[in-house]
Amino acid sequence: MALLDIKDLAVSFRTRRGTVDAVRGVTLSVARGETLAIVGESGSGKSVTSYALMRILDAGGRIEAGEVSYGGVDLRRASESEMADIRGREISMIFQNPRAALNPIRKVGRQIEDVLLRHNRTNRRDARDKAIAAMEAVRIRDAAERYHAYPFELSGGMCQRIVIALALACDPKLLIADEPTTGLDVTTQKAVMDLIAELIRERGLSAILITHDLGLAAQYCDRVAVMRRGELVEQGDAAAIFTAPQHPYTRMLVAATPREGVGVRELLPPELRTPAPVDQVGDRPLLQVRRLTKTFERDGNTVHAVKDVSFEVRQSESVGLVGESGCGKSTTSAMVMRLLDPSAGEILFDGQDLALTPAKRFARDPRRAALQLVFQDAGDSLNPRFTARDCIADPLARLGNFGWGGLGRAARRDRVEELADLVGLPRDLLDRFPHQLSGGQKARVGIARAVALEPKLLILDEPTAALDVSIQAVVLNLLVDLKARLGMSYLFVSHDLHVVRLLCDRIVVMRGGAIVEQGPAEQVMTAPQSDYTRSLLAAAPVPPRMERPVGPLAQAAQ
Amino acid sequence: MADTTLTHPAATSLRHVAYVLRSNPVTGVAFAMLAVILAAALLGPALAPYDPYASDAAHALEPPSWRHWFGTDNLGRDVFSRVLVATRLDLAISVSAVVLSFVVGSALGSAAGYWGGWTDRVLSRMFDTIMAFPLFVLAMGIVAALGNTVENVVYATAVINVPFYARLVRAEVNIRRESGFALAARLSGNADWRVLAFHIFPNALPPMMVQVSLNLGWAILNAAGLSFIGLGVRPPTAEWGIMVAEGANFIVSGEWWLAVFPGLALMFAVFTFNLLGDGLRDMVDPRMRT
Amino acid sequence: MAGRARIIASRVAQALPVVVGVVIVTFLLTRALPGDPAAYFAGPAANETSIAQIRAALGLDKSLPEQFAIYVWHLLQGDLGQSISTGQPVLEELVRRLPASLELTLTALLLSCSIALPLGVLAATRPGSWVDHLCRVLVTAGVSLPTFFTGLALVYVFYYLLGLAPSPIGRLDFVYLDPPRITGFFLIDAALAGDWETWAAAARQIVLPAVTLAMFTLAPISRITRASMLQALSSDFIRTARAAGLTRATVVYRYAFRNAMLPVLTTLGMVFSFTLGANVLVEKVFAWPGIGSFAVDALVVSDYAAVQGFVLAMALLFVVLNLAIDIAYTLVDPRIGFES
Repeated sequence: MALLDIKDLAVSFRTRRGTVDAVRGVTLSVARGETLAIVGESGSGKSVTSYALMRILDAGGRIEAGEVSYGGVDLRRASESEMADIRGREISMIFQNPRAALNPIRKVGRQIEDVLLRHNRTNRRDARDKAIAAMEAVRIRDAAERYHAYPFELSGGMCQRIVIALALACDPKLLIADEPTTGLDVTTQKAVMDLIAELIRERGLSAILITHDLGLAAQYCDRVAVMRRGELVEQGDAAAIFTAPQHPYTRMLVAATPREGVGVRELLPPELRTPAPVDQVGDRPLLQVRRLTKTFERDGNTVHAVKDVSFEVRQSESVGLVGESGCGKSTTSAMVMRLLDPSAGEILFDGQDLALTPAKRFARDPRRAALQLVFQDAGDSLNPRFTARDCIADPLARLGNFGWGGLGRAARRDRVEELADLVGLPRDLLDRFPHQLSGGQKARVGIARAVALEPKLLILDEPTAALDVSIQAVVLNLLVDLKARLGMSYLFVSHDLHVVRLLCDRIVVMRGGAIVEQGPAEQVMTAPQSDYTRSLLAAAPVPPRMERPVGPLAQAAQ
Repeated sequence: MADTTLTHPAATSLRHVAYVLRSNPVTGVAFAMLAVILAAALLGPALAPYDPYASDAAHALEPPSWRHWFGTDNLGRDVFSRVLVATRLDLAISVSAVVLSFVVGSALGSAAGYWGGWTDRVLSRMFDTIMAFPLFVLAMGIVAALGNTVENVVYATAVINVPFYARLVRAEVNIRRESGFALAARLSGNADWRVLAFHIFPNALPPMMVQVSLNLGWAILNAAGLSFIGLGVRPPTAEWGIMVAEGANFIVSGEWWLAVFPGLALMFAVFTFNLLGDGLRDMVDPRMRT
Repeated sequence: MAGRARIIASRVAQALPVVVGVVIVTFLLTRALPGDPAAYFAGPAANETSIAQIRAALGLDKSLPEQFAIYVWHLLQGDLGQSISTGQPVLEELVRRLPASLELTLTALLLSCSIALPLGVLAATRPGSWVDHLCRVLVTAGVSLPTFFTGLALVYVFYYLLGLAPSPIGRLDFVYLDPPRITGFFLIDAALAGDWETWAAAARQIVLPAVTLAMFTLAPISRITRASMLQALSSDFIRTARAAGLTRATVVYRYAFRNAMLPVLTTLGMVFSFTLGANVLVEKVFAWPGIGSFAVDALVVSDYAAVQGFVLAMALLFVVLNLAIDIAYTLVDPRIGFES
């Protein structure tokens, strides 16, 4: 008999723009000891389903129809106090953004105690010892000291362990993990997922993993359910679903995930696979970064953000800058973009040292147009008060006339429309505000603005990190086409090794402010020199179709 | 799905204004109340049934009747006419004070928030100094020092309000200084001052609109409070605060209408401005457009 | 801990230029007051010579920077000058009258917090209910009320019409003697002396002015409490707490409320500032013998030393209070001093 049974669940939200049906007729079940993955893109309703079954929907959310039963108990008809008993003791949940998920002004140990006391797993005298034991159960070293810590003092990975300790403190039977590794570094991500898998195995838990990452689903789960726009599209064994998906949507998802041995065009559905352009990489270096250094003074501490970094980017070449958070890649790209002044070093562009002109004055420098940036968060990079047209026109108005100031209004209008066509943005969206555009549309506006002045070097700062995998496939292809068409060079900053391999000719790996390894993309990915690169590659979740996916239960049986 | 008609920008703005008025009934009511106040301010002297300054000793201290809707005061002047005519003065004082403090406060606050460093430190200490005085006390001090005129009431009110705008703008500018669109503006060739003036500051406007409407209310209360203790406006000028002060002497003997009607007018005006706050903000914020 | 000590020290250091600024501004303002104090002192029968003598004696013939130096020198010795109207040292007058104002302000704040805080919390935990609507109406209406008008209206209704309140003639009716002075707060002193009749009389007198002031502060306190609670309740950590099965009471009070109180604490400082200003008006309406009415009377006769002393005292009081609140906040919020 299944532990959790959901039949025809329907959830709707009352919003300013009317009623939104977030979940429409979903039927799922989780057996004892089984791990189910719910996979989908944004808006699929995967998180809402789990909030609904735990009855912690936001105000304005309502379960319209369906049945939810857990161990025979009807969760829809249970009273609020019965639900409060079930939460934490029978069913637990962990969320993304672990630091925000903890009370910022309460010691983490006390927070675990609160849960233990609430479900009568301890009395006041033993509470502290039990809390420390719960922390040790999630492999936190020096648990007795960490007990007194506040969330802001702990790293993201450590915070997530505390959240897991909180969730498992009262020995629940079902664990729901809602995107537990989003925002964490790839090595931390692996550590956290391995920990969760181990705990599930040890305690014989059932689990639901909600994720957009097919690799995680394939690697850690027994069964997979695919959701799209509130509906369940397909479900079955992990092995079967990924190696031989039935539904076209699942097929599209698997195809669009960047993985080894696959070129950028193959991310797209077959009918859109035009021949990929081939760039001729020049010999002349366009950008030469020499001994670039940046040091910050913060509260009396010296932080060496970038230490003596040297690399180059040649004409029409695409170089990937890879590393985890804090490695200095964002600071390096900010310096190359002349948004930040280096403490030492040279930035040679077409032979001229850009570092000689201070960042404050670079905005009006004639060379400004030649270096542009595509931002990670397209939404944040668009002025909320500007229409898409205004956003794209701004660089044209300031620098569009090849060093003679800006373009006139009529010329600007034509050029903006030309650019919209170039990036595949429908012209009638140009008069919309950013909040009225979808994620993919905002990304296109950002790209159109960046290429408006036909720059020679384009830095792309995690341009697809926030996008759904299907949109990412389209945008990556767009970037490849634009590069060939406009003869640009790319510096592609990312933490996602699979994406970098698709687009880059050479890869530079950074760690702790210094370059650890650099070389041709294939070489770095298949035969890395340094241990660090090897650990990065090992930690990246393996997208399906590469390995035969094995869930933890089957693994334990081996 | 896509709307392909190209509408004129002015028409879209007007449509948005209408949408905001319709969607929140409170905003609609607030604007109706504002219309009443503006009408009283503009047309007051023309509509007043009696001369607000004409004394008539024979008819002093008459309670409200059909002849005198709000009764007469101790000099026989018609209270209704005086309340009506006072609208113009009170409104003029508060609007000029708020405009002045908005302009000065925004400029200083933007500079402090964008460039930081010593500019920020010096300006912040200045604002702290002003805010160190209980504000009404400072207004008292300024008006007493500079002289009892309406202009000085305006200046005093403006000075004590500058720190509110400055701090608000400073915080809003600070938040947005390193945001994506500010950096993108620099990449597009905008000099620092352009980024501040055309990209960052306009985005700080919506929260400031709420502050502006609150301030309009405070400014009126401030001016009225000052006249109540004898600073600023002098008799026989018709101003709500001074009318309440003069009427205070008669309340304990039961002649309530001298003080109550101007007081109610004060409350009506301030209440209107407070209600306006959210509506004004919604009109200025593009994210409210669907 | 070192981080926190550093933050506290820097806050104190930040307050110093403000104190200097306050002293300078106060000096300039009162020097600009109209009227000639020398003529006033000399009396109506004086001639030019005696006025000039008095002026020299008061040091008013020296240059402005010299006068400022003398002023600061006296200040450091605790000498705020002599009040023209009462003939007493200003400092003594202020010290004598300060407890009256403080008693009024603190009573009013206590009263309004005890209503506003629960109201704000309830409005946030039951959005859309009648409590929520009441709270919002109260907030909007409350900031619209002119304090002097509310005071007068209350006097009219409760004294004139209903006869419930005593006449607004100050802290105690004539028939009662002031209780022996220990703190200067009549309610505390009368209780300490066991004189319950006087206590009741003092309480009766303080009700109306305290209510007037409390109505004024009710609005901003409940507004910030409601907004702060709403923000706290929609945070991620509340979702975690609910998902862990913590009871509603724990979630709302131990988790959300404590987090929400931090912004409320900082707002209280500003509310206190407004209240000190509104004090002036309320004291005038109710003939309350505090420093506010002292200042108003002094202004009318251009008693510059008294006005100067009053403004300076209020400002310094406010700076000290804000510093105390800042330091309290630093101690309560563990994140301060550690943020990277």
